[in-house]
Amino acid sequence: MTTRMRLAISRPTKGSSGKTGSWRVFRPVVDKEKCNACGICAMLCPEAAIDEELEVDLEYCKGCGICAHECPKSAISMKREEK
Amino acid sequence: MLTIATGNKAVAAAVRQVRPSVIAAYPITPQTEIVEQMAEYVTRGELDSQFIPVESEHSAMAACIGASITGARTFTATSSHGLLYMHEMVNWAAGARLPIVMANVNRAVGPGWNVWAEHTDAFQERDTGWLQVYVSTVQEAYDTTLMAFRIAENESVLLPVMVNLDGFLLSHSMQSLETVEISDFIPPLRLPHAIDPENPAGYGTLTGPDAYFKFRWDMERSMRDSAGVIRETEDEFARRFHRKYGFVDEYRCEDADVVVVAMGTLGKEAEVAADLLRAEGVKAGVMRIRWLRPFPRLDLAGRDVVVIDRDYSFGFGGVIAKSLAATARAEPFSVIAGLGGQEVTYDDIAEFVRTRSPGTEYWFGVNDNV
Ligand code: SF4
Ligand code: SF4
Repeated sequence: MTTRMRLAISRPTKGSSGKTGSWRVFRPVVDKEKCNACGICAMLCPEAAIDEELEVDLEYCKGCGICAHECPKSAISMKREEK
Repeated sequence: MLTIATGNKAVAAAVRQVRPSVIAAYPITPQTEIVEQMAEYVTRGELDSQFIPVESEHSAMAACIGASITGARTFTATSSHGLLYMHEMVNWAAGARLPIVMANVNRAVGPGWNVWAEHTDAFQERDTGWLQVYVSTVQEAYDTTLMAFRIAENESVLLPVMVNLDGFLLSHSMQSLETVEISDFIPPLRLPHAIDPENPAGYGTLTGPDAYFKFRWDMERSMRDSAGVIRETEDEFARRFHRKYGFVDEYRCEDADVVVVAMGTLGKEAEVAADLLRAEGVKAGVMRIRWLRPFPRLDLAGRDVVVIDRDYSFGFGGVIAKSLAATARAEPFSVIAGLGGQEVTYDDIAEFVRTRSPGTEYWFGVNDNV
């Protein structure tokens, strides 16, 4: 008997929307001089794209700019991606 | 063992014997006694279940879903507004293919605020993918609750089952009850799609237009297959415990010229009406529909049919009458009676039969019938 699928069960190996980094128009750039490592950007990034070292995972960073907007030190600037 | 019990207590007695791992329920009139009784069994140590006293019916069904997807046997009970409050989760339980058993004590939906018997509450859930069965005696409430677990958990079904009993008329009426030793009548539950913590996955997550319909079809396939499982379960129940049930409980129908179709306690009351009518020379019989989903095939050819609907679909008609017109090519005399617990006696039912007018609708007690 073939396995009968009663319920949609998914084991995704990538996000259901694919690599969201492909959406990005502006890239966050951190000025390490201004940054005080508070971690607010990492906590609020909707893609969880900022790691413990505050490095941005550009495969998934979609360029929304939330990190830049929320940074209390204005340490993140959004730079237009080169075509 | 022979005892006396209310319909509510009979349901609770059956559930206790089936030993669900998780019971999550919220009390509501007239179902409260079931919840109280289950909580008492657990508190007294007579039943080793997790009893979750949730804060709402939506949460009750959500908790049952969460427990059931791990492969645990689960039970809940509700009524009327409680059932409607869990509507979203009622859909989810069926779509997630979880063999949850729920007792629903049929009660009218407000306003006007009314705690008495009516089937409209459960009828509003009839397209969700749940199997629905309606009982007419305390004994039948007990027997059917036992069978509900076996049917829901059958690998060909894996759909939830709702056991319906009329508020007060059955939930609070005391009748004799013979309990049985179930031994291996209900095999252990094996849920093929149970959560496996070693192999994490998303369950029922985003399912696109290319796949969603396949799961809907699988529900319907199981609903159709459930007919055979119901038959087999009722036969096995009769073999072991000597009480016979079917999709439709027929009373004096063999030679009947006119058949009363009804559900729940009204279907039982109609048996007395049939006896009365036969004493007058009218060959009357009763078909009491037990299973609303899957909907049974009724053989009504060549007979007058009087359908009593304790329900109504506004702008459409009595749901049973219209369903039979569609599936059994009947042209019933459609009687709308018993709404909100309106008293309907066997004399009233006999009078419906005497004054029947095929193809028309009649609201019992309303003076300006059209
Ligand atoms: S731009 Fe948006 S997605 Fe990218 S790191 Fe900042 S918050 Fe995350
Ligand atoms: S929010 Fe700004 S200051 Fe804080 S860690 Fe992120 S970049 Fe640095």
